[in-house]
Amino acid sequence: MLDTSIDRAARATPPAVARRIRGLSDRAIAWIFVAPSIFLLLAVNIFPLIWTIRLSFTNFRVNRPNAEVEFVGLKNYISVLTNGDIWLTMQATAHFLIATLVLQVLIGFSLAYLINKKFRGNDLWTTIIVLPMMLSPAVVGNFWTFLYQPQIGLFNYAVGFLTGTDPSSFSMIGDASLAPWAIVIVDTWMWTPFVMLICLAGLRSIPNSIYEAAECDRASKWRQFWTITIPMVLPFLMLAILFRGIENFKMFDLVVQLTGGGPGSITELTSINLKREAFEKWRTGYASAYAVILFVTVFGLASIYVKALNKVKQR
Amino acid sequence: MTDFIKGLRNFRRGAWEMVASALIAAGVVMLMQPFALALFSWSFVVTLTGTVMFIIVSHFPE
Repeated sequence: MLDTSIDRAARATPPAVARRIRGLSDRAIAWIFVAPSIFLLLAVNIFPLIWTIRLSFTNFRVNRPNAEVEFVGLKNYISVLTNGDIWLTMQATAHFLIATLVLQVLIGFSLAYLINKKFRGNDLWTTIIVLPMMLSPAVVGNFWTFLYQPQIGLFNYAVGFLTGTDPSSFSMIGDASLAPWAIVIVDTWMWTPFVMLICLAGLRSIPNSIYEAAECDRASKWRQFWTITIPMVLPFLMLAILFRGIENFKMFDLVVQLTGGGPGSITELTSINLKREAFEKWRTGYASAYAVILFVTVFGLASIYVKALNKVKQR
Repeated sequence: MTDFIKGLRNFRRGAWEMVASALIAAGVVMLMQPFALALFSWSFVVTLTGTVMFIIVSHFPE
């Protein structure tokens, strides 16, 4: 008879412990295994969320822990939702979102379409293109700050070389009209490979037989592209747009590293504005209401994302 | 269109999820549009309604 590891573990278990485990139902044993994860989830995710919701109805300020905390009802929510500065911040976030999504989808899909064609060094190019996505946003922010330097920056030098302008005559980060584009360029550079990978998965899921049937029907390449490729990749593309949309709505680290929300508050996205309200102005209750509003928005978008994901899975 | 209305009347998940998704999307657009502060002010209520509705209707039968 084989002496399996299970038998050895059973023999090694002290009789008292073995008796106790044998007395437990399958359901109880399952709960013992799941309990640590549930406890961690409650402690790290659910408790702070409930606490934030509770704080959002108070005038609590974390820099005045001994001051009396008053229940203010919906006052914080009304203040946030009637604040013109926060509205402007939302618009800055919207500009950032739209510009990055349009660029990432166009470039990502084009790259995926090219990579999907068989050519020499295909795998090597895929690896090179995917590299930026693997870097930390803090690192990316730091080295793009150097690339954007008017005096020594490679980006300014390249633009100067291509357009004939003086590289030190413009500053991508310091100029109010260029700074929003500076963060859009970096985010596009970093996250286009992600969109490309999702599009590539979509393109590779299209069976060749469909194209062969279209060839038999003498459909042109252009027609095949619009009636086969685009409709079949669209669910994947929607998935990429939703995912990048949610991520860019929460964008913080890259922008903090690059512009810190400046010049002025031209690149101050919602997350940076929220951090300022919470940890520079110390309006904890107000910032909590702001955070809950952002949370509900992201949660809503995530619900649509999960629905879209399930649709893609069903295909 | 008829299927959609039928789905709403019979409390089917697909149709109601579409309504909830539309509400969420409308709320997000209202939050970020540059035209009217009033729309921005009401965006949270619309998004919250859509999100709560989505959670409820996702338990409806297919």
